[in-house]
Amino acid sequence: MSTQAESGTTGSTATRTASGGRTFQQARPPRSGLFLTVLAWAVGLLFFFPVLWMVLVSFRAETDAASNPPDLFAPVSLEGYRTFFEAGPWPPLLNSMTASVVSTVLVILLAFPAAYALSIRPVKKWTDVLFFFLSTKMLPIVAGILPIYLFAQATNLLDNIWLLIILYTSMNMPIAVWMLQSFLAEVPVEMLEAAQVDGASLMTTLRQVVAPVVMPGIASAALICFIFSWNELLLARVLTSTVASTAPVFLTSFVTSQGLFLAKVCAASFVVSLPVLAAGFAAQDKLVQGLSMGAVK
Amino acid sequence: MSSTDTASVGTNPEQGRSGATPPARRRQTRSDSWQRRIPLLPALIFVIVMTQLPFLGTIIISFMNWNAYYPDERGFAGFSNFARVFTDVNARSAVFVTILITVATVLISLLLGLAIALLLDRKFRGQGIVRTMMIAPFLVVPVAAALLWKHALYNPEYGLFNGLLTLVLGENAPQPDWVGTMPLPALIAALVWQWTPFMMLILLAGLQSRPLDVVEAARIDGASEFRIFTSMTLPHLRQYIELSTLLGTIYVVQNFDHVFTITAGATGTANLPYFIYQTFYTAQDYGRASAAGVVTVLGTLIVAMFALRTAFAIFKEEGR
Repeated sequence: MSTQAESGTTGSTATRTASGGRTFQQARPPRSGLFLTVLAWAVGLLFFFPVLWMVLVSFRAETDAASNPPDLFAPVSLEGYRTFFEAGPWPPLLNSMTASVVSTVLVILLAFPAAYALSIRPVKKWTDVLFFFLSTKMLPIVAGILPIYLFAQATNLLDNIWLLIILYTSMNMPIAVWMLQSFLAEVPVEMLEAAQVDGASLMTTLRQVVAPVVMPGIASAALICFIFSWNELLLARVLTSTVASTAPVFLTSFVTSQGLFLAKVCAASFVVSLPVLAAGFAAQDKLVQGLSMGAVK
Repeated sequence: MSSTDTASVGTNPEQGRSGATPPARRRQTRSDSWQRRIPLLPALIFVIVMTQLPFLGTIIISFMNWNAYYPDERGFAGFSNFARVFTDVNARSAVFVTILITVATVLISLLLGLAIALLLDRKFRGQGIVRTMMIAPFLVVPVAAALLWKHALYNPEYGLFNGLLTLVLGENAPQPDWVGTMPLPALIAALVWQWTPFMMLILLAGLQSRPLDVVEAARIDGASEFRIFTSMTLPHLRQYIELSTLLGTIYVVQNFDHVFTITAGATGTANLPYFIYQTFYTAQDYGRASAAGVVTVLGTLIVAMFALRTAFAIFKEEGR
């Protein structure tokens, strides 16, 4: 695999230097470029295919969905979606939306001042604080889940969406602090001071100097916090039951029935993944920034 | 007290120049350092309360004899829970499975991700479309992805894999029970499918930040492509490789969704998160679950020390 990939850079240089001066690269046959393009497409399609398959199967009647060998041209049916939406998915979907959106807002509200105190007007030993935040991310959730469960049981917070909101906020806080710190560190401090000397108001400074640098960071942090909250299963499964259960928990309960269920499972999986797919596709660059905690810009 | 004051004066360049600090200034510095701390405190206190307190609870419970099915027998247990964790075959298997799943998933995803990133780091027709297709697996909700693999792909009767075998080899094609006969590879394959895009995205961003003029100069000087890859591209990618490995490990070690959905921990596939979940949630053995939790954290700590050192190196190279 890696030899093919190495020649991947070769192929690109052949095209890059084609217009430039004569180099030994031109001796390379142009076919390798075509080969690498086909290979890239093949790999992309291979990784994409399971997602496509999920969508295809979701639009089939259960009997067609379970055919072996697979029938690519089976008639379209909404049976799977009808079964899914009749099973009452709206409360869990709404719970997921509430938990993800509210916790994301809380994370940004708390992480932004913290990131400010770790970059623009740094506290002493700010690197230690930053690494403390990162180290909490290495503490597995299972290592604290039992006391949280017992606490929630004692205070009647089990099956309450606010418990999940608070937990998701703390779960995503380290990521948001790291990301926002790395973006705020790029705010030109001299310009901040110059603006102050010139008598610019705080709002003007924020809008014209800080916002252009920081808004992309906030957007990436928010996107990644939203995705991780939306995806979370373990905490939601242990701490909620009927009232506050989220979409991932609802999904796991969807397979227990007997008989054919492939189309409805695919329909359910697709609907639950749709918000993440839409947000991720719409903001691919923000996704990369978010996943790398701001190290890639 | 005075030593901390001088330390703070020392870090302030403006006052460092003026030498001796008048008492009034000194008080101002102290209030200044508090002013600096105030915006940090809400987030910091919140995270400490939410992560350290529960863990403290876990440590306390790990020394207790506490099973919710036998509430009358609650009491101090000493190290017996730990002894049971270390002698329990299932617990030891969970440690082994966690390491195996994590190392295999991260390593395979990293190599595949690197190869695909190199493949996508050249201009070709449909580059953007291929990149978008590559990202899709990562954007499927993990539980949904696990369900998709278990039922739509792996199912021995109507899954896609066996369906394709029938399509290619005809009626008498072998129809293996993928999850039943090879549960761990089945789990790892499903995880690799989701984590390769993650690795690829970070490495591709790294490749695209490579200074191309230097590479071009080396090429004109007659450096071979292999030399350019090993002595220019790889060293440049090093910090991105380390970063994606570190983050991938953090997430894959804690994986619960795939184990829970695809195998439900059966046939020796329970990793530590699933084992603890089962001990606490199904068996209601709080003491033993907590002891396993403490052991997990101690194990993670050892790995985390190396990981944090790596992160620190990346952090310094970045020069923030």
